[in-house]
Amino acid sequence: MKKLINDPADVVADALRGMALAHPELRVDHENRVVFRGDGPRQGKVGLVSGGGSGHEPMHGGFVGRGMLDAACAGEVFTSPVPDQVVAATQGVDGGAGVLHIVKNYTGDVMNFEMAAELVAAESGTEVVTVVVDDDVAVTDSLYTAGRRGVGTTVLLEKIVGAAAEEGRPLAEVADLARRVDDAGRSMGTALTSCTVPAAGKPTFDLPEDQMEIGIGIHGEPGRRRVPLAPAREVAEMLVEPILSDLSFTGGEGVICFVNGLGATPLLELYVVYAEVAALLDKAGVAIARSLVGPYMTSLDMAGATVTLLRADDDLLRLWDAPVVTPGLRWGA
Amino acid sequence: MNPEELTAWLRRFAELVHEHRDELTALDSAIGDADHGANLDRGMTAVLAALQEAPPADAAALLKKTGATLVSKVGGASGPLYGTLFLRMAGAVDGGFAPALRAGFDGVLARGKAEPGDKTMVDALGPACDVLDAGGSVAEAAQAAADGRDATVPLVARKGRASYLGERSAGHADPGATSTALLLRAAAETLR
Repeated sequence: MKKLINDPADVVADALRGMALAHPELRVDHENRVVFRGDGPRQGKVGLVSGGGSGHEPMHGGFVGRGMLDAACAGEVFTSPVPDQVVAATQGVDGGAGVLHIVKNYTGDVMNFEMAAELVAAESGTEVVTVVVDDDVAVTDSLYTAGRRGVGTTVLLEKIVGAAAEEGRPLAEVADLARRVDDAGRSMGTALTSCTVPAAGKPTFDLPEDQMEIGIGIHGEPGRRRVPLAPAREVAEMLVEPILSDLSFTGGEGVICFVNGLGATPLLELYVVYAEVAALLDKAGVAIARSLVGPYMTSLDMAGATVTLLRADDDLLRLWDAPVVTPGLRWGA
Repeated sequence: MNPEELTAWLRRFAELVHEHRDELTALDSAIGDADHGANLDRGMTAVLAALQEAPPADAAALLKKTGATLVSKVGGASGPLYGTLFLRMAGAVDGGFAPALRAGFDGVLARGKAEPGDKTMVDALGPACDVLDAGGSVAEAAQAAADGRDATVPLVARKGRASYLGERSAGHADPGATSTALLLRAAAETLR
């Protein structure tokens, strides 16, 4: 394992220390491992709390700030945060208008946020509504699985819902919007290499030099199938086709098209993929209204990419365009 | 039950988790996300430290502290599930180990919403509870848990991250059932 770390056990704490120093506009609670907006809690504003395992940076801590999240809980690498962290985050962002928990659909995340919501309900009058993001079409949503995983749509949702909360919309409306975004977003990813969890010290899975995994999860969970490495044109097709066959994206105001890097894939390659995705969407009659290209939801040092399409309408696009000031996303301000 | 024997049980469980840490992680790499061994090891180390720092006066307090520590320190799915197991055991430990473990098992079912055959810790814990309820010994319960773990090998997972693999989850023992079998083995070695 070659990593720029001190001790594998200290990775998350050390990274949060760096984040606090690099972004003095944020407030980092090192004991609870929660990143807060420095100017919060905002009275009368719905508080947005998310979080998850570390290793996906900039998600979620890098999305804390004006127009996006109010707090993000950092779990151990690839391990959901514990209830105490979520309770601290929830209490810390409560401005009297309630708190929305944005949770990616993984068994551990859902259970820990659920226990936290029970603790908050028992201890205080803070109203908490939970929205679970489940947009990964690689996974069958059926009685026989834990449901679809939460992936790329989470980033778009946090931006859009963050703008709505910033406008002062009430909790019920903000939660409805979050569900609407989750319903309208679909994702699919591929890995070219495994990632290496620092505490494990070796790659999570073996992927031969000439093979790639289609439908990879952002923790290195195996996907739908392994196929021989192929040109970006064919890979883009393997990612876009399952998304388009899962949900109709034609008509309306088009889509927000998000091509995400998983950590070790350079932006150069992401743009190669984006060009192929755009061509495929054009052929399918899907208009691209906005785009996002870059490593926004990573999987440590995994090479690969994910594609997310979000069916947009005027309201969503306006909220997408609204100012955002976070370490990870920043525009219009 | 007295705090001393429960502490001996938890100490032995912590040792076994530490010894089998890499094996648990390897199983979790095959069908999950490669963190079960590290997480449970970290959690049980924290439990032993907490019990040492302020030894609880009775069995219920000890189990409660164990559960609360795991919930606070572990995260993932195993934190809430093992945490709930011990927290619920605390409420029923006055009746002995068998009713306590049954209460813990009911808590795990409620928290994780898994059913027998879903390829989870339920498949090791359920058979162990059944043996104890039928008057079997702790050693027999530990054997039932180990058999339950082995029986998860051919199963296709229906809960947790392994469920995303579909048919590809078959052929490996479930990591949660494996650590639960260690929990019962530790009980067989320390409780009577």
